[in-house]
Order: sequence, then C-alpha cells, then structure tokens
Amino acid sequence: MDRRHFLRNSALASGVLMVPAFLKPFEAFAAGDTNGYKNLVIIQLSGGNDGLNTIIPFGNDIYYQKRNTIAVNQTDIIKLNDMQGFNPSLSALKEIYDQGWMSIINSVGYPNPDRSHFRSMDIWQTGSDANQFLTTGWIGRYLDANCQAGKPYTAIEVDDTLSLAMKGAKMKGIAVQDPNKLYQTTREPFFKDLVHDHDANLSEDNLGYLYKTMIETYSSADYIQNTSKTYNVNAQYPTTPLGNQLKTVSKFINSGLQTRVYYVSLSGFDTHVGQQNQQGRQLKIYGDAVAAFVKDLKQTGKLDDTLVMTFSEFGRRVEQNASNGTDHGTANNVLIFGGKLKKAGFYNDAPDLTQLDNGDLKYQVDFRDVYATLLDKWLDVNNSQVLTKNFNGLSFV
Amino acid sequence: MNNARNLKHLYARAGFGIRFEDLQDREDWSVNKAVRKLFRASEHSEPITVLTENIDLRPHPKDMADDQKKQIQEDRNKQEKALNEAWLKQLGETDAQLREKMTLFWNNHFACNIGNAFYEQQLNNIQRDNALGNFKTLLLQVSQSPAMLQFLNNQQNQKGHPNENFARELMELFTLGRGHYTEQDIKESARSFTGWAFDGKTGVYTFRPKVHDDCVKTFLGKTGPFFGEDIIDIILENKQTSVFISTKLYRYLVNDVPDADHIGQMADVFYKSKYEIRPLLEFVFHADWFYDDKNIGNLVKSPVELLTGLNRQFYISYQNPDVLMQFQRTLDQVLFRPPNVAGWPGGRNWIDSSTLMYRMKIPSTILNAGLIDFNGKADPEDEAYLASQRKQQLNVIKRVQATPDWDKFLKELPTDMTKEQIAEFMLEAPLNRTIIDEVNNAPDMKTTVIQIVSTPEYQLC
Repeated sequence: MDRRHFLRNSALASGVLMVPAFLKPFEAFAAGDTNGYKNLVIIQLSGGNDGLNTIIPFGNDIYYQKRNTIAVNQTDIIKLNDMQGFNPSLSALKEIYDQGWMSIINSVGYPNPDRSHFRSMDIWQTGSDANQFLTTGWIGRYLDANCQAGKPYTAIEVDDTLSLAMKGAKMKGIAVQDPNKLYQTTREPFFKDLVHDHDANLSEDNLGYLYKTMIETYSSADYIQNTSKTYNVNAQYPTTPLGNQLKTVSKFINSGLQTRVYYVSLSGFDTHVGQQNQQGRQLKIYGDAVAAFVKDLKQTGKLDDTLVMTFSEFGRRVEQNASNGTDHGTANNVLIFGGKLKKAGFYNDAPDLTQLDNGDLKYQVDFRDVYATLLDKWLDVNNSQVLTKNFNGLSFV
Repeated sequence: MNNARNLKHLYARAGFGIRFEDLQDREDWSVNKAVRKLFRASEHSEPITVLTENIDLRPHPKDMADDQKKQIQEDRNKQEKALNEAWLKQLGETDAQLREKMTLFWNNHFACNIGNAFYEQQLNNIQRDNALGNFKTLLLQVSQSPAMLQFLNNQQNQKGHPNENFARELMELFTLGRGHYTEQDIKESARSFTGWAFDGKTGVYTFRPKVHDDCVKTFLGKTGPFFGEDIIDIILENKQTSVFISTKLYRYLVNDVPDADHIGQMADVFYKSKYEIRPLLEFVFHADWFYDDKNIGNLVKSPVELLTGLNRQFYISYQNPDVLMQFQRTLDQVLFRPPNVAGWPGGRNWIDSSTLMYRMKIPSTILNAGLIDFNGKADPEDEAYLASQRKQQLNVIKRVQATPDWDKFLKELPTDMTKEQIAEFMLEAPLNRTIIDEVNNAPDMKTTVIQIVSTPEYQLC
C-alpha cells in the first residue's frame, strides 16, 4: 500500500487516525477494573546510602564512639523507639510512620558482600549471588514469568533509560520519563510509516525482534499517553527530580494504567567526604517526595494497593573516615511503605554494632527474601520462578 | 553482485562496514584477496598513548585536604574521558579495522572496570597488540596487568589467605566456562597465583616470592607445586578452552545462535595452531558457512559498533567529545565501563524500547540536525511534526557539534547506483517493501541515505 492510499484508507476508517489491528490490543479500561490492582514502586538510592545515619541507632553508644564527628546529636534525632530514629532530614516521614504506613527492615544484605558500587548494584538489580553474573534483572524475569507478551508497560521506569533490573530474557520494561515526550518521539513520520506498514507476521530472528520492539514501543507510548493524559495530579509535590518522578508515578497509578512495577532512582549518596550536608540534602529530597507521594495515594484511595520499597546497593562502614565521611560498607536498611502493612514500624532488631565483619555490619536478612515477599504476596508469582532458588520471604505484607 | 554481497558481509563482520570507496575498486576481488588485505591493513598495532600519567603514583599523604582529593578525582575523570575519546577516534579513523574489531572483542572478553584509566589504557594496548596474535600470550599479559590484578583482587591473594576472585573468573569467564572445573580447582589454583602482583610504587608487575604459596596443589587432575604459569598451561592443554573461546567468537562474528558443528571446526583449528588467533579468524572468513544467508545481516550492532560505523561511513568529526560520551551512556555502552567482569552480554540485550528509539534517531541527529525528511503526502500531524523539527535544527546543531563530511560521502557514491541499490549496499538485512518505497520516493540522495541509517535494519550487521 502506498502512502497516499494508506492515508485515504485511514481517513475513511476512523476519520482521525487509523490504528492498525496489531496496535490496538489494549482496550480502554473502565476505572473500576483497576481497583485492587496492586502496584509496586521501587526507589533506588544510588551511591550507597549510609543507613546508620538514615535510621540512626542512637541507643547504642558504639554509634557515637565510631562516628565522633558525623554522628547526629540525640536531641536532633526523630526518635521512633528507644533505640532507633530518623535523621532529622526525614522529618516529613514521621507522620507517615505514625500512621502505620512504613516498615523498616534492618540489616538487609547478602553473603560475601561486594563493596564496588556497580557490582553490588548489579547484584541487587539481578538478584544474583555475589559470585554469579546474571544478564537479566529480577523485575525483567518477573515479566518473563508472569506477563503476556507485548506489554512492556507492565513495568515502567520513570527515566530516560532502562535499568538492568527491568530487563528479562524475553520481555523488558519500558523507560518513560515523560509520557508526552515518548509519545512525540513515536510521531516521527518516517518511523510511523515503518511501523504501520510492517507485516505483522514477525520473524523470530533479530530483525523480527527489532520490529516487534518497535511495535510494542508504539503501542505502549500510545496507551500510556492516552490513558494518563486525562488524569491531573492535584496533590503538591516538591519540585525535585524525585518529586517529579513520583508525581508521574502517581499520575500513572491514578489514571488506571495497567502497570505492576514502577522504578525510580535518586543518586548522590556516595558520601566519602563531608557526609552530613550532602546526605542531609539527599535524604530531605527523598523524605519530602515520598511523604507527598504516600499522602497523595492515601487521598486518592490507592495507598492500599501500592507498596513502595527503597533500597541502596550497600550501606557504609560503621566507623567514619578521616574526611567526615564514610566508606563503602555492606548490610543496610530497606524501607517499605504502603497502606496495608502487616508489620508496620520496625520489622526486626536494630543492627548489631558489636559483631562486625571487618568493620562492616553482618547481614541478617537476605535481600532476596524481601524480593520473594514482594513476588509471592504482592505480584502474585512464585518467587522461585524469578529468583535463582526459592526464598522463604518475610511477613511485612 | 554475489561477490559484492560476500565482500560487504566480510567488511561488516571483520570491520565496521564497507564504504562505497571500498567497493569501487574491489568489486571483482575474491574473498581471499579481501581477507589478505584486511590482515595487511591490521599488521601493525597502533597503541593508544593519550594518557601519560599514572595518578596512583602521586604522593598520597594521609592528611590530604579535601580540595586536593577533589582535584585528584577531577583529574581521574578527565583521564577517563580522554581515554574514551581516544579509542572512539581510533575506531573511527584507523585503517586497521580488523585489529580494532578484535580489540573490542578481547576488551569485552577480558572486561575490566577500575578507577585508574592509565591502567585501563595499558590493558587496552595489551588487547590490541595481541588481538590477532597468540591467545596464551594475551592471557598471560592480561592476567599480569595492573588493571586486572587490581580488578580481580589478586593484589590481596597471598599465601595463607588466598583471594579466589581471579582464579574463579580465569576459568569461568576467560578460558573454560562454567561446568568444566570444580570449586576445589578454584581453591587450588588460587594458591598458585599467590604472589602475582604489581608494585604500588611503580605500577609494574613483579612476582613476590615471599607471599607465594609453593606447596603442592592438585588442579584439574594434575599435582605439583604449580605456579600461576603452570595453571594457565594446564587450562590451555584442555581443549575445552578452545571450544569456549571459539563459541564466544562465533557469537561475535557469525551468529548469536551457536552451531556446534561450525564451532567444533573452529576449535580444532585454534587448538591445533596452539591458540594462534589469526589462523582461526582466517578459517572463519574463508568458511562457506560464514557466507550462508542465515549468517548475513542478523547480528545486533553494539552501540560502539553503531557509532563507529556511522563515523567511518560519513567521516564525522566531533567538536565536543562529551556528545559521544552522552550517546554511549544513552545506548548503555560506555567504553571502559562494562557492567561487570562478564562484560556486556550483547545481542538482543542492547535493544529495549528506549535504546531502539535512540538508536534510530541518533544518525539523523548527527547527520541532519535531527530531521528525517520524506516525500510522502504527510498528514497535518506529520507536517506539524516536521515543521517543528526544522525549527529546532539550529538548536540540535549547537548541541551535537558534529560535522559529517557529506561532500566526500556523496562524491564516493557511484553515479550508476539506484536509490534502492544504495539501500541494499548500506543495509545488511533483507529489505522490506516499505523501506524500498520510502527510499525510492525520497526527494534527494541525502534524504535517501538519512532514511537508510534511521531504520531497524541499520541496527544489524
């Protein structure tokens, strides 16, 4: 079909823009259909967030001994119990915590921890053992295990590029920083022609794979834009990049997008030097944005269907360094938010600061037990299908 | 035209794609002659020498001020950028494209990601010098390079408290592959590599007898007071090493899907020649099956291959190297920053919704300030889109700061070739009707060419 012919047909067919058959498997969903549709929002803190100055074990003298210049004063800490409390920069989260919408899991890590940023991030994103190299991410494998093909928007990363975590062997999520911008890139007339005129019988080879990816990108961009554009977020968010990302996630969730996993990240946590100011700034960005997000979802009635998990690739050494900072460490806290937590508050005991492994915390909870919980109890897939073996999981949901 | 097809394929795989100038005087060449020519052009190794200072050798006073530390970090970043830029430039300009293509292969096979760009440069030159040479020499030099000793923690591998990282990756990723050794083999061989280290004061490899464990080890069924060199000999005696390397090379040069028969033939050649790389490559490039339809136009170019192909085809110069860095980041492959010691997985892993759209948009961004014109009767939406692209062109030019040599490119285009033939020449994959129609309808040759490089087909080689 030549282009003129194509356009004449399309004008006849719809009066606006013809959508070829393979581009419209997604009928609009009535708002009611997405009630009870559970979302997972993952927030990655890149650079290795110092968990001990985030959820501070002020009740343990060792904390003050090991950190004589960067420890937070007792009086400034927002105390949650008689052992641990928030860094003052997280003040916005106090209200969330008090409502029972937050759960803190201490000492999460894995055996033989790696202290390299990129390697440890890899391990967290793929869910591998320390000495294992996986080329697929855990969310990607969730997509492989659970989803029908052709719906990359089942997992959305609010960013320009897609993290390894979101890439499976057969399926991948989609990166969408701005749904309108993505939609606009797919408006390139030349690309539109390539997609629209392409034979839907795609081959199994790499060329077929490229066209399939392109077609899915087009249908996803269409679907995301058209579903989400009608919803306006009314809540106030801080005007930080993370605030904007979570605002976009709120837009997606509230417009009824059929997405199960959202992924956002915030970097700037590699605090070797002058930690207090730098980490304080980042934690404030984090706490303010998450508090706004949780309150927004409560308001719109979606908090019960949403679970937020925050992790970082590692924590930092118990003892500070000579530059008022901390060096790469191991186990760290994982923060969970949601309207329906089975165990709000502290999930387990504060980190043990006496039994250290070369000056670093020993992990008590394998991070894959956290993943297993999310997979089994929230995303409705057996964790052994996604993780390298079966994990028992925890009971925070 | 059949000979041209084979030459095109050879250049796509042994290099970064054929240019029109390559074909003009060579169309009637035999494949044999072209292979000889490719090797001859790659005879000499041109090392990258952009970095001259090893920052690790600067004095490191314990009480260094914060701004001094900051300065060192800035210098490190500068070095990293300079090295990245230098290699991309070399890839784009060298005549020794086979050597660079294989340097990319070994650079990903022996993947290394450390903060010291000077050591990275050294390792890269080892990979380049031996890219077409002997695998054992290459393996030994890589293993004793400060970059790898540091990356795989052999500096910490000492008698009494061995660090097994290097021994494990040596077997899992560099030579035998999983399943061809035991955990016990790792433990025993790690002891043999104790004492392999570089001197932190000079940055030079030195064997340290004092921390070497000279007791008896049992490795892959052999027993003796082995040194590291003995372990490498035993690993190479095992034919599985030639199979493992051949498999990886087959997936790099021939097809994502391994063919046991073809790989077996390669491994025989490799093993028999005592791990000489050149005969192995010659065997592949001369094999009938290398030119089978199913092996043509079906490999996904890595981002660096994509950018290099463009740079070579259009003689692009970049006024601002940060732009190339940005492209690499966007497409998920920053040279010298592989994700881990296993390297970039490659193939379809390069492609997701975002990277594919970027890959299709980057060529027109560099070559035509973001505009992909076309001659169809555009609907109002299309017209509006193209008009806004035109309006932005100056902006794009300011940001990209790249200059293709269109005159040179267009001058090389054979005047007797039709637009469709040009598309066939520049794309390895078979063309579908839409593409043929689009390029035929393009208003001029430049638009045709921009359309060609903005297709899914252009992602393949």
